[in-house]
Amino acid sequence: MSIRAQGMRAWLLQRLSGAYIGLYLLIALFTLGTGPVLDYTRWHHLLSQPVVSIASLLFFFFILIHAWVGIRDVLLDYVQLTALRFSILIVLALGLLTMGIWVSMILFSVVRL
Amino acid sequence: MDKTGPLMLTKTRRPKYLNVLKIYLPVTGVASILHRISGVLLFLSIPFLIYALSLSLRSPESFAQVTSFFDNMFMRAFSLILLYSLAHHFFAGIRFLLLDLDVGIDLKTARASALGVILAGLLVFVLAVVGVLL
Repeated sequence: MSIRAQGMRAWLLQRLSGAYIGLYLLIALFTLGTGPVLDYTRWHHLLSQPVVSIASLLFFFFILIHAWVGIRDVLLDYVQLTALRFSILIVLALGLLTMGIWVSMILFSVVRL
Repeated sequence: MDKTGPLMLTKTRRPKYLNVLKIYLPVTGVASILHRISGVLLFLSIPFLIYALSLSLRSPESFAQVTSFFDNMFMRAFSLILLYSLAHHFFAGIRFLLLDLDVGIDLKTARASALGVILAGLLVFVLAVVGVLL
């Protein structure tokens, strides 16, 4: 049986993405919490650095994956009607995909390569 | 396969008792359902966060616009709920990761860590409320 059919891939992705998101947030909290007051100049400069914007892009990418696996688990539990669940999942998937493109555009417009 | 008929029948006629208020949820269950509820709230907040990110990077004026969102009391209350959701989801998530690695898997430890996770989330919430009020 494939890794996908057993739900193993979703299980693993949820844990990997969760670990990355948690680590990113800890580092972000430390970075923003120390140093000078956060104003536009510092904020913009911070995110224009390739390391930061790539790490942030990865962060949002993992958030969207984590959100997808999580909300799918919730819907599988509570929405019993297959057709309805399928429709909701399609709408949510398109929404998440759109948000992924959106956030990529934002970060690409800031990064200074 | 001819058994599916009668089986389905008994399944649909099975009495249901779903008074949520009368279900006793152990502390591990509380940590778990809060992880789920906070996850859904965080899910719903994603587009708003991306919008805020977009504004905050556009210009100094729109950056100020984002910070001024929090002058509104409703927005502050809303952010506090989101912050609590994030804190609980974070702590409970670490607990689940450890449980997956068989760390703290015995019932006594699992109950204690569930309580610890709930309290840690509440502590962050209380500190944030105090921070907002001061």
